[in-house]
Amino acid sequence: MSIEILMPALSPTMTEGKLAKWHKREGDEVKAGDIIAEIETDKATMEFEAVDEGVLEKILVAEGTEGVAVNTPIASLRGEDEKPGAAPAKKAEAPKAEAAPKEDKAVESAVTAAKTPAPELKDPAIPEGTQFVSMTVREAIREGMSEEMRRDPKVFLMGEEVGQYQGAYKISQGMLDEFGPDRVIDTPITEQGFAGLGVGAAFGGLRPIIEFMTFNFSMQAIDQIVNSAAKTLYMSGGQMGSPIVFRGPNGAAARVGAQHSQCYAAWYSHIPGLKVVAPYSAADFKGLIKAAIRDPNPVIFLENEILYGRSFEVPKLDDYVVPIGKARIAREGKDVTLVGYSIAVGHALAAAEKLAEEGIDAEVIDLRTIRPMDHETIIKSVTKTNRIVTVEEGFPQSGIGAEIAAVIMEKAFDQLDAPVVRVHGKDVPMPYAANLEKLALVTVPEIVAAAKAVCYRK
Amino acid sequence: MAKPGKAADTAKGGKLPPAKELLQYYRDMLLIRRFEEKAGQLYGMGLIGGFCHLYIGQEAVVVGLQACAKLGDAVITSYRDHGHMLATGMDSKGVMAELTGRAGGYSKGKGGSMHMFSREKHFYGGHGIVGAQVPLGTGLAFAQRYNKTDNVTFCYFGDGSANQGQVYESFNMAELWKLPVIYVIENNQYAMGTSVARASAQPALYKRGESFGIQGRQVDGMSVVAVKEAGEEAVAHCRAGKGPVILEMMTYRYRGHSMSDPAKYRSKDEVTKMRAEHDPIDQVRALLLGNKMVDEDALKAIDKEVKDIVQQAADFAQESPEPDPSELWTDVYVEA
Repeated sequence: MSIEILMPALSPTMTEGKLAKWHKREGDEVKAGDIIAEIETDKATMEFEAVDEGVLEKILVAEGTEGVAVNTPIASLRGEDEKPGAAPAKKAEAPKAEAAPKEDKAVESAVTAAKTPAPELKDPAIPEGTQFVSMTVREAIREGMSEEMRRDPKVFLMGEEVGQYQGAYKISQGMLDEFGPDRVIDTPITEQGFAGLGVGAAFGGLRPIIEFMTFNFSMQAIDQIVNSAAKTLYMSGGQMGSPIVFRGPNGAAARVGAQHSQCYAAWYSHIPGLKVVAPYSAADFKGLIKAAIRDPNPVIFLENEILYGRSFEVPKLDDYVVPIGKARIAREGKDVTLVGYSIAVGHALAAAEKLAEEGIDAEVIDLRTIRPMDHETIIKSVTKTNRIVTVEEGFPQSGIGAEIAAVIMEKAFDQLDAPVVRVHGKDVPMPYAANLEKLALVTVPEIVAAAKAVCYRK
Repeated sequence: MAKPGKAADTAKGGKLPPAKELLQYYRDMLLIRRFEEKAGQLYGMGLIGGFCHLYIGQEAVVVGLQACAKLGDAVITSYRDHGHMLATGMDSKGVMAELTGRAGGYSKGKGGSMHMFSREKHFYGGHGIVGAQVPLGTGLAFAQRYNKTDNVTFCYFGDGSANQGQVYESFNMAELWKLPVIYVIENNQYAMGTSVARASAQPALYKRGESFGIQGRQVDGMSVVAVKEAGEEAVAHCRAGKGPVILEMMTYRYRGHSMSDPAKYRSKDEVTKMRAEHDPIDQVRALLLGNKMVDEDALKAIDKEVKDIVQQAADFAQESPEPDPSELWTDVYVEA
């Protein structure tokens, strides 16, 4: 009986990849542990080992094929004593990671690679006739950082695996080659140390970009971010600012458990002296990382692993900078406001599509910046719709939704036709089990239900 | 365990510095001493609030090391920082007015005793979280190297900080990248009320860099001459691009940890003996007079000069107005 060899998943979030190379040909003998192929994602190339022994009977997917879905049969293997052509039995093969010093999560969008959501509005700041190029969020962040590093020799990038490894999530791929080891600096695993070192370098006149492999690890460094970076300008009576960017993926990825899945937007947004940015689209990632690097204040730049592989239209401009502190109307509507940030904006846009089918015209606000928060845009929208739902991945208590609800109570209470409703991550540590994780995260149906509730619709 | 005045190596028997140099040390140390005494007095009068950590007894450390510094060298320290500010040349009026929380203070009254800064004098604070200044100072040295200067950073911390994890994260990176930073451990024997012996498995703190390959040296921190001599060697090492150095300064604070500390964890005799036998200012005074380098009158003139400076600072600190209420909202962000 033949054994089917299936396309392996090389990371928690991978759904497809490229079959880069076959190391065996049809008719070759295969032993368990032999490297039979190389599989490439946009993040890494991994060697693929055989688990079973036999003869490679048939290659089903040619090398060089892109977009091969996980679990697609890519070859069949015939046992030594079997006749050719026997019916294949299903059998998965285990992938072999090259090296995993701390984190090695190849990244692929778990959500079907969504193209630009249909009715996104043009940014009035973009001149008429501007061309757009399709770009992933990953590329947008890289381009933004690289442009700023070309522009200002004081800007440097520091963090774990940013250099030789080409970035744990491949954000900094190629940057070591372009800028050299003095400006793209691999650190030991020492978050508090290099975060503090970065703040000191900023005091000393440089413009550091400090990458956390994920913001979950920034808890090791939060004293330096809050007590040293955020407060020194004030404590020095305006003499000593720290122009620094702390950036990295924030929030949940997929199936990485409680310690690697938290959203820290609310934590950092609590602190005067910090700016907190959490974009959704590639254009905003690019324009806002450039603004963050130029900003004379410490900026927390929250990215999202799931979004890294998603493509969006990005304006083709020499110097595209998006101002910090301005929200964006991602979709215009008149019946209800959905306000969110980061990946939740995608969920809100999807919910708006569903609501439209039921005759509810939702407006979607992409906050883009959490602090300083653009109250004006929120209130203007609520004044029009009289109904609002907040959407976030983080925990509810003292969260961004709670903050928005309070702002509306203070500034727009009379505009409301229904109480504010919050949709958020569930108030539990992130579970590992696939079904429980799904329950813990914000879903489109939850947003749709909340929007209908504030519209008093069933 | 080595005690102040009995460090593993000292410069005793070294060359006697010229009178001019000793007089400068005498003046600089006396300024810190008198300033701190005045601060203690103003605290007692309720003019200074909150935490106030005095440097009395430790003056030789910062004065001796500043004598090794050149223009552009950076200094960063903990909350026991008044002495460092004065030694880097910051104006005593601005420092004292910050202690009283007035508009004329270095931070416009918004920082207080623990948080003052001067870009002009390359003094980078004034940090209230024990040990946090060590990565920061390492970052200042990183910037000096990045900018291809031959400046160095004097990163001061105490025996208490020496047990913080981030100190070792910093040691590792500083040696790995050969950063020009001098880690000055001001070992005044007590982390608040806990003696080194009760807190440190390895009480010889100058050895704490050994596993990183960082040279350490224990120095009699009560002797400004010994401090200067050790400082020169450390600075030369750093400026030559050879990486960081640790200097453990065996010193002693005469007062409590802060103004509210009755210092019950040590005997009066211990303090009295230290003052009598190892006082850094008395030592220089004895050298100057014993070697007939100057007469009493010359020292009296300095005493008077210093007394006047401190009085003027105290007057200014009381006359300067409180910050305008509008200052509450300024300096949270730099306007882009």
